[in-house]
Amino acid sequence: MTAPLLEIRDLVTAFHTPAGRLPAVDGVSLTIDRGRTLGLVGESGCGKSVTAMSILRLVAAPGVIESGRILLGPPRDAVGAAATDLVTLPEPRLREIRGGRIGMIFQEPMTSLNPVFTVGDQIAEAVLLHRPVGRAAARARALELLRLVRLADPERRLDEYPHQLSGGMRQRVMIAIALACDPDLVVADEPTTALDVTIQAQILELLAELRRRLGTAILLITHDLGVVAETCDDVAVMYAGRIVEQAPAARLFANPLHPYTIGLLGARPGRGGRAAGPLRTIPGMVPPPQLFPSGCRFHPRCGVARLPDCAAAVPAFLEVEPGHFVRCPFTRPST
Amino acid sequence: MPQPDDAAPLVDVADLRTHFPVRRGLLRRTVGSVRAVDGVSFTIRRGRTLGLVGESGCGKTTVGRSILRLVEPTGGGVRFDGRDVRATGGRELRALRRRMQIVFQDPYGSLNPRMKVRAILEEGLVIHRLGTPAERQARMTRALERTGLTPAALDRYPHEFSGGQRQRIAIARAIVIEPEFLVLDEPISALDVSIQAQVVNLLVELREQLGLTYLFISHDLSVVEYVSDDVAVMYLGRIVESAPAERLYAEPLHPYTLALFSAVPRIEPGRRSRRIVLAGDVPSPARPPAGCRFHPRCPLAEQVCRESSPPATAVDGHLVHCHVAARELERAGGGVAATAAAMARLVEAAQAAGAGVSPTDGRRDGA
Repeated sequence: MTAPLLEIRDLVTAFHTPAGRLPAVDGVSLTIDRGRTLGLVGESGCGKSVTAMSILRLVAAPGVIESGRILLGPPRDAVGAAATDLVTLPEPRLREIRGGRIGMIFQEPMTSLNPVFTVGDQIAEAVLLHRPVGRAAARARALELLRLVRLADPERRLDEYPHQLSGGMRQRVMIAIALACDPDLVVADEPTTALDVTIQAQILELLAELRRRLGTAILLITHDLGVVAETCDDVAVMYAGRIVEQAPAARLFANPLHPYTIGLLGARPGRGGRAAGPLRTIPGMVPPPQLFPSGCRFHPRCGVARLPDCAAAVPAFLEVEPGHFVRCPFTRPST
Repeated sequence: MPQPDDAAPLVDVADLRTHFPVRRGLLRRTVGSVRAVDGVSFTIRRGRTLGLVGESGCGKTTVGRSILRLVEPTGGGVRFDGRDVRATGGRELRALRRRMQIVFQDPYGSLNPRMKVRAILEEGLVIHRLGTPAERQARMTRALERTGLTPAALDRYPHEFSGGQRQRIAIARAIVIEPEFLVLDEPISALDVSIQAQVVNLLVELREQLGLTYLFISHDLSVVEYVSDDVAVMYLGRIVESAPAERLYAEPLHPYTLALFSAVPRIEPGRRSRRIVLAGDVPSPARPPAGCRFHPRCPLAEQVCRESSPPATAVDGHLVHCHVAARELERAGGGVAATAAAMARLVEAAQAAGAGVSPTDGRRDGA
């Protein structure tokens, strides 16, 4: 087993607002191995996007990475070299990594693309920033990338502007930019949420194919458990700034253990429709960071919480079976 | 089933067309039209729920708004409880509208942030001159309680509530004037998963308690299956297939329905079914393709599909607009199950041959 590609240790990212210190990410640890896809799931406000932005140190003020380490393993051709801590890396060196070794895809391709530059220029820019090549070579690479992401009619699209493309085509362009420098890791934050389901299927299929062909690891951030089930190797479930459960995808969906994970899975209608009775719900709502409860943050909504224990101390993140971690002392694997 | 379904439907939509003009140039001349809804027909019986599914731009929202005349239809008929909605006006239209209400997708945009919940709920009562002030207070309290809120909410502003609570307020606003029919336009799409289930359960509960009739518009196929008695699938301004919910989901006939169902990511451990990935994007409703509107993306498209718009073929309330499905139905002697199996085989074969679709195993291969 080689060292992981990315290892996040005890990351704390907080926002310092007039309302006080809001710990959006509060002690997150994650590991992504080379060529694997990790799904980070949770509802809005759980801190999954802030985690992603922290990796690239793109958290906007008043957000600050307060502590923790984000260790990026060495490039493919230098395996064995030491990992780089992105938290302490000087800004100029970090800029080489953003868009270089780590590509990014965001939810809204329209707001991530610049409306006044052509698609070709924007992809070429990403190449020129990180590679010692001329404009002609960068443009050739842009065309190659558009072919790679299977954009129809790539020669014509190269000279078009983002508004001339559909949502699905724009997301393909975003993926092309993310892949411009052959990154080791792509961070994809809700890449298909703004898309229709048949277009989502195309984009997920494309990501899976690119991963197979290029060996790129993917951190997929989503609220959609179905997307995770069909595309990810591993899953981490986040709630109120903390990871509550992590496991290989097949295991997590077959045997979810944390009451929140179980609740999320039960809240979706299954096959069989209404005959199964009312949908199972999780009472209450996700707390905002200024109202994070003490102890286990899920305890006010939890059906198996035991008071005062669950409100007193943060439960440990225990490995209950190989590779399956849960932050709840009251669950055990069924087998 | 031997229900009182011989009774006239509560909502009867016949060949509904709603086109929006496309204006260009200095004189804003009309140069064309977006055919958002282009020949849609369905009925909803009292107490039933019709689910209307489709992707963005298919016209499902415009259908809902056209029924309430929030947008003016261009042609066709809308009857509510036997009355022609398009032919009424003034006081009569207002009286009809009291019986039909709508809940919108975005509970942040649909509630006026400057109005207290009391004013938001009271508006409908005032417009329709319902009740004395004391009765209005009682009605508002009852509507809030039915949606799981307390009367204390009356004196607060929308921003003081979470998304799920706001959607409850929007539902309370809709039911406070005691309508019979609700258009629910993506009522849970803006909500988090754990909150969606709460609102879905509430809507189902209200339907039972108040005897409501729903048009449930959504792109979420699982929720539509759960909520609806009947489901209609729209593509580019037209219904391509409709049937009782359990039959549509068990035996889809239209290639678009098949692709739509297979595109939904599902949590089913071990599922590695082949996913049908449609090529290309939905065409613009300003320039819909000739013939069957789905043909440019359809793996089974033939010459006839490019030339003529497929008429409806109906078997026992299962209705499909597709030349190929019609032929297969005939070949199967009208057996829907056999036809559905045949259509799935045809699409899979076409996919394997690389026609219009790209084959996938729906999941990653071993890592």
